[in-house]
Amino acid sequence: MTVFLVLIVIALFAVAIWQMSKIYALSKGNSQGDNGEVANGKDNRINAKLMVMFMVFLYFLMFYCFWHYSKFYLPEASSAHGSKYDNLMFISIALIMVVQVITQFLLHFFSYKYKGEKGKRALFYADNDKLEFIWTIIPVIVLAGLIIYGLFTWSDIMNFEEDEDALVVELYAQRFNWKARYAGDDNILGDANVRFIEGINQLGIDPSDTDGSDDVVTTELHLPVGRQVVFKLRSQDVLHSAYMPHFRAQMNVVPGMITQFSFTPTVTTEEIRETDYMQEKMRTIQQIRNEKSKVLVAKGEPALDSYDEFDYYLLCNKICGSSHYNMQMKIIVETQEEYDEWIKGQKTFAQSMTE
Amino acid sequence: MSVDATALDHHAHDDHGHHDHHQTFISKYIFSTDHKMISKQYLITGLLMGVIGIAMSILFRIQLAWPEQSFTIFEIFLGKWAPEGVMDPSIYLSLVTIHGTIMVFFVLTAGLSGTFSNLLIPLQIGARDMASGFLNMVSYWLFFLSSVIMVSSLFVEAGPAAAGWTIYPPLSALPNSISASGAGMTLWLVSMAIFIASSLLGSLNYIVTVINMRTKGMSMTRLPLTIWAFFVTAIIGVVSFPVLLSAALLLIMDRSFGTSFFLSDIYIGGEVLHNQGGSPVLFEHLFWFLGHPEVYIVLLPALGISSEVIATNARKPIFGYRAMIASILAIAFLSTIVWGHHMFVSGMNPFLGSVFTFTTLLIAIPSAVKAFNYITTLWKGNLQFNPAMLFSIGLVSTFITGGLTGIILGDSTLDINVHDTYFVVAHFHLVMGISALYGLFAGVYHWFPKMFEGRMLNKNLGYVHFWVTAIGSYAVFFPMHFIGMAGLPRRYYSNTAFPYFDDLADVNTMITVAAIITAAVQLVFLYNFISSIFYGKRGPKNPWKSNTLEWTTELKHIHGNWEGEIPHVYRWSYDYSKLNEDETDYVIPGQDYIPQNIPLQPGEEEMNH
Repeated sequence: MTVFLVLIVIALFAVAIWQMSKIYALSKGNSQGDNGEVANGKDNRINAKLMVMFMVFLYFLMFYCFWHYSKFYLPEASSAHGSKYDNLMFISIALIMVVQVITQFLLHFFSYKYKGEKGKRALFYADNDKLEFIWTIIPVIVLAGLIIYGLFTWSDIMNFEEDEDALVVELYAQRFNWKARYAGDDNILGDANVRFIEGINQLGIDPSDTDGSDDVVTTELHLPVGRQVVFKLRSQDVLHSAYMPHFRAQMNVVPGMITQFSFTPTVTTEEIRETDYMQEKMRTIQQIRNEKSKVLVAKGEPALDSYDEFDYYLLCNKICGSSHYNMQMKIIVETQEEYDEWIKGQKTFAQSMTE
Repeated sequence: MSVDATALDHHAHDDHGHHDHHQTFISKYIFSTDHKMISKQYLITGLLMGVIGIAMSILFRIQLAWPEQSFTIFEIFLGKWAPEGVMDPSIYLSLVTIHGTIMVFFVLTAGLSGTFSNLLIPLQIGARDMASGFLNMVSYWLFFLSSVIMVSSLFVEAGPAAAGWTIYPPLSALPNSISASGAGMTLWLVSMAIFIASSLLGSLNYIVTVINMRTKGMSMTRLPLTIWAFFVTAIIGVVSFPVLLSAALLLIMDRSFGTSFFLSDIYIGGEVLHNQGGSPVLFEHLFWFLGHPEVYIVLLPALGISSEVIATNARKPIFGYRAMIASILAIAFLSTIVWGHHMFVSGMNPFLGSVFTFTTLLIAIPSAVKAFNYITTLWKGNLQFNPAMLFSIGLVSTFITGGLTGIILGDSTLDINVHDTYFVVAHFHLVMGISALYGLFAGVYHWFPKMFEGRMLNKNLGYVHFWVTAIGSYAVFFPMHFIGMAGLPRRYYSNTAFPYFDDLADVNTMITVAAIITAAVQLVFLYNFISSIFYGKRGPKNPWKSNTLEWTTELKHIHGNWEGEIPHVYRWSYDYSKLNEDETDYVIPGQDYIPQNIPLQPGEEEMNH
């Protein structure tokens, strides 16, 4: 596939360069004429044709990308607000592609059609208030629609109301890993500050705050499906960003303040693994890895780990240092029962401090 | 005071107009106060910085396409940062950071605006020179000094700045977070502080010159759109650059003097820092208060240049001259109140996010008007495909493609999931990187004869340069949207640390191959540029048959620009293909353009400008 793509690109460049050299050869003899380095009729004709070819290339590129690369799009959102997000994204992309196709056509077609010719007279056409009014008002109306739709969705997502049974989880960022702190039975996170960091109390939970004694600190993020999660985000050192692409969720983690985000997961890890999208994706990736492994093994190096089971992940998406590219945490969405079982097996803060 | 000085200046020049100044090598080529020489200095320094910036991007693109593999080229250029030819993650971040800084500030701000504002403002408004030639010289030399400091930061022991070109603290404030935040970051800040001083001196000069020194008859509504663009750009610069300077100063204090403007509650390197009460979000606000207008500081001059080039080569007036000015003003105003769209998920109040979404999407309106007006200018024209024209049309194309995705990123909701992914990288490279570079190239091809005393760039090499660049840059940046939509974060040293992105490797390889070819073809331009300075064919005085005043000067550069009196202006600069009263021929028979210094002909009606 890589080879194929690279070949296509090289071929396109080769065509371009071949055309160029033709122009070069053709106009070489002519450039001694009166025009010098100013475009003459022949230059205009050739470049006008190239404009059309370029338009074809551009449409081909757009088509190719949408045809072959749209499979890389994230799968349907695994959160409650995600479908609204996906809708808005779809509408926006459809809209801008319509505008893109039309305007690029006009731009390149006019360039071709009105190429310079000797003796041709351009139209002295400086103003048309009506026309300008039309293409001012159309973007105004369309954008007004988009803005209103966007803002309603935005306020739904950001100005969330906390359900009574919402799960409160602190996401704690430190270079270069993530930790999750669950609020425990009382559903209240204990006070915390970097000044309390000592020994195994890596999150700086205030030992004197009783709210914190039942808090549970983990290195994996388990979320019960269908229940609202309210994330409180805290950083130990520099800026980070908690990016959970499959849930259409992202919020920066800022030292010195607590930021928050909330969503309701709707698809469990088990379920998403079963979807056609994921099955297909895992197959592709596994195939790529198998091929790479073969090369590695031939070189006497260990093969790559196999990757046949998808897991949600949380990525760091704000440059935070040299290992920024590998700062991530596994997310597991499961049923309430599975979640209860799992959380029971974790140590509370009080337990881990007494050990 | 300034008016008096200008008047005096005029008299002085009028007296001097006829005899040569005896200049030494140093006063002519190095510490020159002549705007034409300063513009060439800006251009050449900008191009040199551009070579460095683009070369860096090729280095990190190679790493992205073939992660963690060994390359001799890394060993050559990165030395100890590439043990056994494998790029080190921290130098990757430095490369990304310095690439961004150099391209945005040193190439597209100083190289573009510095070059063409200096060259064109006096020539197109009919002035002998800038309002203050001395300040202009100081401005260039401060820029040169800041370039030298920025380049020298590449050679410090602990590595150049690596916190991203946005240098968000605390990463940029704490040398024990990354070693590059030590001396490298200090030099970055010093360099930028000097750069800002340079930019302010330049901008103030441009503003004063445009306001005070227009020749007789050159009313604001007869100014070429280039001058409008440079003028408004300078105003945005004066409004926003000081804020970046203050951010940089506060950051310097946090780093060196123990203040806590941007730092609070930090545990790093095994100890708690004393800093309390500051906020990195404050820095983000200050940074983007410049950072966003900066986009338009980069873009508006390019749009101004393309307006002029498209009108000249279409042999038609620019369509909707007044709407174009109104759009420039609207964009300039809006650009100062949209900075928050870089911070939708920074933790600031969601209500602010709504406000910034609203103002941001408003910018689409004047931008759309501009795009439509360019397209209408082509309609029924007599298009002369000189290389400058091709680059201008290319600019409109990438401006539309890149601008449209801005509608997605400017929408706070949609930004949540594409924020800081490759989607953003694709968007801003097309809309401000490539577009502004096309503007720069269009300007160089168009005004090269004015800069180098009538010598012209080779058009055939220009065609090769344009077409390969046009195909290449789309091949680089269009597919990039899709890996962004896959949720791939930017600024990752490698996308193979965990398996999920393995299937994107092909696209990344393709992008890198396209990037290398596109970068290689810029060498054609460099060759053309250098050889044409010495051996370029000399063209006529007004090679593009243009209306603006710069083409009324003699080919040979003289101090004061015009031998005799400064020409007076009687019309706007877009009287191309204007017909006489009974529409039998052009106003001037047989000539499809009427330079601005030609008085109205009998029976001719002036356009309502």
